[in-house]
Amino acid sequence: MEEGKAVSQSVQESAAAYRVIQEQFGAAVSAFDANETMPFFEVVATGRWVEIALFMRDHAKLKFNSMACLTGADYPAENKVGIICNFESLALLGHKVAVKLKCDRTGGSLPSLSCLWHTANWHEREVFDLFGITFTGHPDLRRILCPDDWEGHPLLKDYKVQQSYHGIKVPY
Amino acid sequence: MQELDTVGQGSVRVTRKSDKLVILEKDLATEQMVLAMGPQHPSTHGVLKLECLTDGEVITEAIPCLGYLHRCFEKCCENVDYPAIVPYTDRLDYLSGMNSEFAYAMAVEKLLDLEIPRRVEFIRVLVAELNRIASHLVAIGTYGIDLGAFTPFLFCFRDREIILGLLEWASGARMLYNYIWIGGLANDVPTDFSKRVREFVNYFRPKTVELQNLLTGNEIFLKRTYGIGIMPAEVAINYGWSGPMLRGSGVKWDLRRNDPYSIYPELDFNVAVPDGKNSVIGDCLSRHLVRALEMEESLKIIEQCLDKMPSSEGFNSRSAIPKRIRPKAGEVYSRAENPRGELGFYIESDGKSTKPVRCKARSSCFVNLSAMKDLSKGQLIPDLVAIIGSIDIVLGEVDR
Repeated sequence: MEEGKAVSQSVQESAAAYRVIQEQFGAAVSAFDANETMPFFEVVATGRWVEIALFMRDHAKLKFNSMACLTGADYPAENKVGIICNFESLALLGHKVAVKLKCDRTGGSLPSLSCLWHTANWHEREVFDLFGITFTGHPDLRRILCPDDWEGHPLLKDYKVQQSYHGIKVPY
Repeated sequence: MQELDTVGQGSVRVTRKSDKLVILEKDLATEQMVLAMGPQHPSTHGVLKLECLTDGEVITEAIPCLGYLHRCFEKCCENVDYPAIVPYTDRLDYLSGMNSEFAYAMAVEKLLDLEIPRRVEFIRVLVAELNRIASHLVAIGTYGIDLGAFTPFLFCFRDREIILGLLEWASGARMLYNYIWIGGLANDVPTDFSKRVREFVNYFRPKTVELQNLLTGNEIFLKRTYGIGIMPAEVAINYGWSGPMLRGSGVKWDLRRNDPYSIYPELDFNVAVPDGKNSVIGDCLSRHLVRALEMEESLKIIEQCLDKMPSSEGFNSRSAIPKRIRPKAGEVYSRAENPRGELGFYIESDGKSTKPVRCKARSSCFVNLSAMKDLSKGQLIPDLVAIIGSIDIVLGEVDR
C-alpha cells in the first residue's frame, strides 16, 4: 500500500472477515496481506484446511458460499507448489477473500475441498493435472485436460515436454 | 392381478387375455449400456465427449470428458509479454472475443494502477455489449437447432452478421479482434460508427420480439425445455455457477451490477431473472429466457453509451498505453461479466519481468459444465441434449 491512499472498502471487509477466522484458528493462519488487488492470507497448518474452510462457509459472519476460483502456482525458489482459492459471499454478505496454501514440490498433497464445494472437484482435478498436487479425500482425482497417459505436469516451471506421444513427435 | 404380486425384482412383460393379466416373462435384467456422445456430435457444441451410462432411455450417469481442445493457454502466457496475451484471450471464448479481451485488459490495468481515458471505457463497453448480443444470438440459434427448430438459427445468424460486420469495421477482424489493448484500444472507432450502431439498434429491437415469439411460442420448444434440468439456486452457487446460468436459477447476480467495473455504474439496465410465470425457476427454459431478455438490456446499454460517449476530438486511443508493461510485484484476481458468466483472470507478476509468472483464466463454461453429472442424472437421452444446449458451452474456453 502506498502512503496517503485510503484503504478501499472491499479490502476493509476482507480484513474484517480475516479477523473472525484468525480469532478462531490463531496460529494456523498467517498474517493478512491487505493489498488492493487481491487481499489474501495463507493457511500455514494445511492439515486443518477442511476445518477452516467449513468454518468460512458456515459461520454467520463469513458465509463464503461461493468458491469463485481455485488455481495452482509453482514456487521453485522455495521448492514449493501451492494453491490460491478465491472465496466470495455471493448475494449474502458480499465480501471476498483469497486464501493460499503451499506444499512440497515433489509428492506434496493438500486436503480436498470437494466435500464442501461441488465446484472444487473440477478445479482440483485441473490443479492435479497441471501441477501434480494430489488432493487427499478427492472422490475422482484424474487428469482432466491432458490425456490420462501424459507425462509430467505442464505448468511446473521446470517442465520438459515429452519427446513422443504414442509415436507422434511432440516438440515442434 | 394376484399373479403380479408374486413377481420379485426386475421388469416383467405381461399380456392381457380375456381380462386377465398374464405374465410372459419376469425378472428381466435391465442391462446398463454405455453410450458415448461425442466428441464429434453436433449437439455437444464442439469437441466435448459425454460418457453416458444408460438404463433404457434413462441416463444414470453422464461423465463429461474434456481436453480435446486443450492447448495450455496458461503456459503460453508465461512465455510472452503482457500485450501479446491479448490475441490468446480472443481464442478462449471465440464467440465473445471482445469481452475476454476486456476482462484481461482490466486485470493487467489493476496491477499497473492505470487511469483509462473516458472515451476508451465507453467504446470498450459498447463493443463488449455488441459482442454479447452476437454471442447470445449464437446460443439461442443453436439451442433451437438442438431441439429441432431450424428457422430461428437462420434469423439469428442473419442479425449476428450485422454485428460482426460492425466489429470488423472497427477492429479489422470478424471474431478474433485484438482490439482492446492494455491501457487503450488498437484504434478509435470509425467516424460513422455511432450512426451505424444506432441504425442496428433500431433495426434489431423489433427482431428480439420476433425471435422470442418464434421460440417461446413454439409448443415443441416449450415441451422440450419446460421443467427440464432444474438447478436450485443454492446448489448452483455451490457449483460456482455464474452469468445467465445462475440468473436462470433465480439469483439476481450480475458482476456489472454487483461488482461494478468500468462505466457500468453510470448506466441504467436491469439484471434479467426469470419471473417463474412461464417457466420453472432453474430449468432450461429459464436459462433461455434470461439470454433473450439480456439482449434487450444490452441494447439499452448500447444506446446509453452512444448518448454519453465523449467526442473523438483530440482523442488518441493509445495515449494511456504504457511503453513498457512491467507491473510491480503482486497478484490480482479480476473478473468480468461475460456472456457465459464470470471470466476471471488471476495474474501474478514478480515485478522484474515483462512476462507474467502465472496467468490463469477462470473459465465460466468450465465451471458451469462441472454440474453436468448432477444435472443429467435420471434424465432421458433427448433431455440431455436440451441440458447441454442450455449450458451454452464454448469448448475453446472449457479446454483452454
